Amino acid sequence: MTPNASPYIPNTDADREQMLAAIGVRSFDDLVQEVPAQHRFPELNLRPALSEFDLTAEISALAARNATPGDYACFLGSGAYRHFIPSVVKSVVARGEFLTSYTPYQPEVAQGTLQVGFEFQSMICEITGMEVANAGMYDGPTAFAEGALMACRITRRHTIAVLDTVDPRNIEILDAYTRHQGCEITVVGRDDDVPADAACLMVQSPNQFGVVEDMAALAGRAHDAGALAVACVNPTSLGMFRTPGECDVDIVAAEGQALGVPLSFGGPYVGLFACKDVYKRQMPGRIIGRTTDTKGRVAYTLTLQTREQHIRRERATSNICTSTALISLLMTTYLATLGRSGFQKVAELCYHKAHYAAAEIDRLPGYTVRNDGPFFHEFLVECPRPPAEINRALLDRKIIGGRDLGDRTANGMLICVTETNTRAEIDQLVTALAEIAETAALAKTRGP
Amino acid sequence: MNVPVPGEIDRRLLNERSVPGRIGLQMPGLDVPEQPLPDAGLLRSQEARLPEVSQPEVVRYFTALSRMNFSVDTNFYPLGSCTMKYNPRVNEELAFLPGMAGIHPHQPDETVQGALQLIWELQSDLGEITGLPGVCLGPLAGAQGEYSGLMIARAYFADRGDTGRTVALIPDSAHGTNPASAAMAGLEVVTVPSDAQGNVDVEALRGLVDQRTCVFMLTLPSTLGLFEPNILEITGIVHQAGGLIYADGANLNALLGIVKLGDLGFDIAHSNLHKTFSTPHGGGGPGAGPVLVSDELAPFLPTPLVTRDGDTYRLTAPERSIGRVNGFHGSFGVLVRAYAYIRAVGVEGMRQVAENAIINANYIRVALSDEFGGDADRICMHECVFSPQAQKAKGVSALDISKRLIDYGIHPPTMYFPLIVPEALMVEPTETETKDTLDRFIAVMRQINREIDEDPDLLHDAPHDAPNTRLDEAGAARNPYLRWQPDEDSQAAD
Repeated sequence: MTPNASPYIPNTDADREQMLAAIGVRSFDDLVQEVPAQHRFPELNLRPALSEFDLTAEISALAARNATPGDYACFLGSGAYRHFIPSVVKSVVARGEFLTSYTPYQPEVAQGTLQVGFEFQSMICEITGMEVANAGMYDGPTAFAEGALMACRITRRHTIAVLDTVDPRNIEILDAYTRHQGCEITVVGRDDDVPADAACLMVQSPNQFGVVEDMAALAGRAHDAGALAVACVNPTSLGMFRTPGECDVDIVAAEGQALGVPLSFGGPYVGLFACKDVYKRQMPGRIIGRTTDTKGRVAYTLTLQTREQHIRRERATSNICTSTALISLLMTTYLATLGRSGFQKVAELCYHKAHYAAAEIDRLPGYTVRNDGPFFHEFLVECPRPPAEINRALLDRKIIGGRDLGDRTANGMLICVTETNTRAEIDQLVTALAEIAETAALAKTRGP
Repeated sequence: MNVPVPGEIDRRLLNERSVPGRIGLQMPGLDVPEQPLPDAGLLRSQEARLPEVSQPEVVRYFTALSRMNFSVDTNFYPLGSCTMKYNPRVNEELAFLPGMAGIHPHQPDETVQGALQLIWELQSDLGEITGLPGVCLGPLAGAQGEYSGLMIARAYFADRGDTGRTVALIPDSAHGTNPASAAMAGLEVVTVPSDAQGNVDVEALRGLVDQRTCVFMLTLPSTLGLFEPNILEITGIVHQAGGLIYADGANLNALLGIVKLGDLGFDIAHSNLHKTFSTPHGGGGPGAGPVLVSDELAPFLPTPLVTRDGDTYRLTAPERSIGRVNGFHGSFGVLVRAYAYIRAVGVEGMRQVAENAIINANYIRVALSDEFGGDADRICMHECVFSPQAQKAKGVSALDISKRLIDYGIHPPTMYFPLIVPEALMVEPTETETKDTLDRFIAVMRQINREIDEDPDLLHDAPHDAPNTRLDEAGAARNPYLRWQPDEDSQAAD
């Protein structure tokens, strides 16, 4: 007997023959007669199947063409952050019972996923200082945009005021989410008035240049204009810095990636979303609540579902139907493992290392740290040459430099330092930056 | 401590197990001189009440939780429209290679050529499989793919100065995300009725299309698991009226190597990689919902795409792009898994996937239709829908049948959807199940049908053998309890 072609498809020719007979057809073709004959069974220009051995070799070869942390020191942040992920996190997330289950529509057989989601919501409330949180969204920027839409629903206003220090990428996504909702986006400065018809003031802290914003003052200004305060925060920073809850912010979004999620070239990540209790019925996304079963035992279930697309259809609070549950699990396991003191400690390590790096770089001739306020773990450096050139020279020294913000600020580079950057790496960066500036100066005096 | 009861599961939350001083991870020391702290006014005044638990407790807690889940790895999971197929383990390993999981999204293109090549190859393969060559892998889930596709349609008409097209036509059998996404895209939703056989009512559609039609969103096969017999007529009607046709690719598994959406006249589609292309559902995400379009619409795709120039790959923005719909380049980890799946299945395997999915669904349909109100005569594609109204007349609902399946270790089918079928039970076995498993499912369903006559309370009170019996879901919504709170006694003691 010929073995099956695919390890993923168990039924044999003999099985299929029996099944087709039971169905009452002679061949598979009889089952697809409604597919227009002229288009049926098209040729596919794909490559032949690979064995697992060959597949592993092929994808490993692709992976080997990417510069990875083992070989390079990396100082990139700007929305995605390299942090240490404990082994426990990776082993928990590999459990097939978590990995291969679906959205918990049948709560009796999804209590694992549901209880994790409840822990996740609780932890988000704790770290942000907010009263309620949902079970997770796609990523930070889309959660932030959903926050604006929610503010419009609550206030029945359609002007979205965005502080000018918000990352332009976040504004671009906000535009994509609000373009067809009759909303208008207005960018305002810290000293500008919040427009009287604004639904919300959108604030990012730390902002696009790494500066920690005065969220309390900004929230106060929003409230004075009858608008809500919507903040996008870095969750790691909340191990040290004032929470949006303490600043009277109404709606909070955050990119959860920093909390135990691999960088993975930009995804999958998880958007964190929290708000004041009074607004919970206007939240987008999945929400998990505690209840009891018929025997009075504790149980968890998806709740407040009448907000959602599968019930409310075109009147839903959002079209979203994922909670990115597996990534929420990563985050929940990460925070459980770090615990109360570890969460603070990571923030402190980031803070001290980043400030050490900033002080060392600021001392270098030609380089100036340009922040106009306190920062957490990333900072803006004005470089003596275009950052793209400096980064090319750094790459030759096995260093991936900071993000090039030359399009926003003259020769600006955003450098991020986390607990994963050793002092040796930081010192190498500083030395390399000094050398690169000197080489440039030398080249200039010698002429072309 | 409460006296333990045999069989009782310890449901305490982490914070209810927390003991001050316990740690789950040893933190590294500070290797730079301590730096001055910011003003105290900037610092948080109350620490986050995260749990203090040791590492063994963390592992046991989450492992115990996992065991309260049904999953594809542990149970037959015939959840209609969700394509709960086997998730190949090698794909997990590949997605976690340091060269994949460890790379930063802002890394310069020259340092991520392998990742960019993978994205480019997957763009090409999905374009080939669907016959829609413009592909953006960015959207993070099916619903975001839908929204992107609808924004593309709107941008396309705006570009032509055809601004009056503000209606999305959507069948009454559609997934809820279709109308929700259309509303986000600022479109007015007009429902297209189904005919008695569950197909699109072609005459009704003809009456509904006009110069206001932006897009007709059609799920193919439909949510009833049926191939639309009048598909070419339907795409012709919509195109005649100047509108675009959108394919909800949730059920693409049934079409692999059977027919290409582009050949049928579809202009835009999304594909759920977590369904057809075997990436794990993860308890409700992360997914990936690439958006696929015809060449004519490709200039409007979201940012970024990967383009190839000789042997070099780079991230680019299409010329008239609708812009970014999320933070970076999509669910890259999910894309790695989907690409690995396509490479493992290969050209010869694609059609086998669809064939086996379709045979498995029809096998169940034929076996159970008489007893559970299915259609014994109409051939289905990858899923079949039952309508147990005879059982309902005896006082047993689709919900009761679903919950009783749990006692037999089988995950319930999708219930009460599509909305147009009374007491709907939608069963999608997928191609990765054995005939044995299907035979056992059929036997269980017949046994349950006997129980309805013999002892209906077995169904009304089901599940009996799960971590929980039925939940007070109304109570959960009435009095939302959405986060851990320190219990009132200890709060009072504070």
